[in-house]
Amino acid sequence: MDFGSTFFYKYRRFVKALKIYLILAGPGLIVMLADNDAGGITTYTVTGAKFGYGLIWFLLILLPVAYVVQEMTVRLGAVTKRGHAEAIFDAFGSFWGWFSFLDLALVNWLTLVTEFIGMTAALLIFHIPPLITIIVVSIIMMIMVLQGRYWTWEKIAILFAAVNLIYIPAAFLVHPSVGDVLAQGLVPHFPGGFNGELFFFLMANIGTTIAPWMIFFQQSAVVDKGMKEKDIPWGQMDTLIGSVFTVIVAIFCVVVTGTVLYGVPVESAAQAAAMMIGTNPWLGTCIAIGLFDAGFLGAICISLASSWAFGEVFGWAHSLNFKIREAPWFYACYLFALITAGIVILLPNAPLVLITLFVQVIAVTLLPAALVFLILLLNNEEIMGKYKNTIAQNIAGIVIVVSIIILSTLYGITTLFPNLLS
Amino acid sequence: MITPERLFGQRIGRVIHSWIDKINEINRKYAEPKIQMSGGVKFALLILRLYLIFLVLLLAYKFYTMLR
Repeated sequence: MDFGSTFFYKYRRFVKALKIYLILAGPGLIVMLADNDAGGITTYTVTGAKFGYGLIWFLLILLPVAYVVQEMTVRLGAVTKRGHAEAIFDAFGSFWGWFSFLDLALVNWLTLVTEFIGMTAALLIFHIPPLITIIVVSIIMMIMVLQGRYWTWEKIAILFAAVNLIYIPAAFLVHPSVGDVLAQGLVPHFPGGFNGELFFFLMANIGTTIAPWMIFFQQSAVVDKGMKEKDIPWGQMDTLIGSVFTVIVAIFCVVVTGTVLYGVPVESAAQAAAMMIGTNPWLGTCIAIGLFDAGFLGAICISLASSWAFGEVFGWAHSLNFKIREAPWFYACYLFALITAGIVILLPNAPLVLITLFVQVIAVTLLPAALVFLILLLNNEEIMGKYKNTIAQNIAGIVIVVSIIILSTLYGITTLFPNLLS
Repeated sequence: MITPERLFGQRIGRVIHSWIDKINEINRKYAEPKIQMSGGVKFALLILRLYLIFLVLLLAYKFYTMLR
């Protein structure tokens, strides 16, 4: 074959592969970009303001961590055709099933409240009252699920996920020194020395990278999408691309605040956006839009993860491919979570700070269990057949899971007892 | 005997009853773990129980110190 023919052949193969990927892409991309939710963006914003570019290297380490954990949910979902909640009930019995399910329902609802906090705070910068934000967001979220097709929901969610990339142009707006970013960011070191505060931030960044809802969401999404064993490589690629994007967004977010707010005491992403809007309106607008989108993405995924889990456990119809008449309880759960979380935000004197802290603690009670169950299920030949974990996957999985458990537990404990590390 | 019907009236009582029946049905369906309880699985579940007891004690201690 001459060069032209070879090139054309490879080009056609690439286009065909891309088309298949675009059909099968979704759960991995969405879950990973939704991982940068309102809490995540706040963590990165504060990290950048506190340590400049000094912890970018640490964010890069989180890429394989996120991939290894989430990839397992792809295989488990595609092989068992069951969500994580149902898989736990079935494999480990009702005690662990109820524990995981009730813990998930609670932590998801609390996290949903924090997503609403992020969204309302972001739009308050544009003088949009929280009531309007909550009503409009809830309506959009209901429309997204009520159109009756998983595929449509997924493509709309990917569009919102793409908005999460707004931190990339935002970083170019602040003209960071590329040399400084590379020199300070890529060389592993502990800015200011290893101390309690730095350790807390490392744990917070890990805590935002792997959350319990992500495991439940991606496995249920893989099932609802109808992915089969043969689609696993595409699901893995989707998850890998998603993890690359999530880390890129996190890095660019750190670059933005590390450039313009380094050394400035910042407590939240909304506060950072409000500060920036005074000096650079375009930048502040980008950060505020990014924060709103992060909260929105988190909210759509978290509320769905809960509804799927309820459907799986109670045996109700639980698919986005069903109309409201065919799966009334599934959509009722979704609506109930949205309305109650929205009401909490609007309550005068609602303990929002306490809720934000409490999320971390409750998540710590569920995350280890969900991760341990994941590893145990992935090692069961009866369930997974030839898709069970290999030795290499087990070594990577166990090391990562044990590290996450230790660090997230320490994070939860330091949230409860803030003076422990000082 | 106190029944949901007596406490909340016929209509709500029936709904609560159906929920209790549903939960009992789920408990029966998943009464026995289907995964083979090898030594490794048993050990992992034991560690998980101890870990959760530790967390509950920690939360109780925090609650106690807050009340004080």
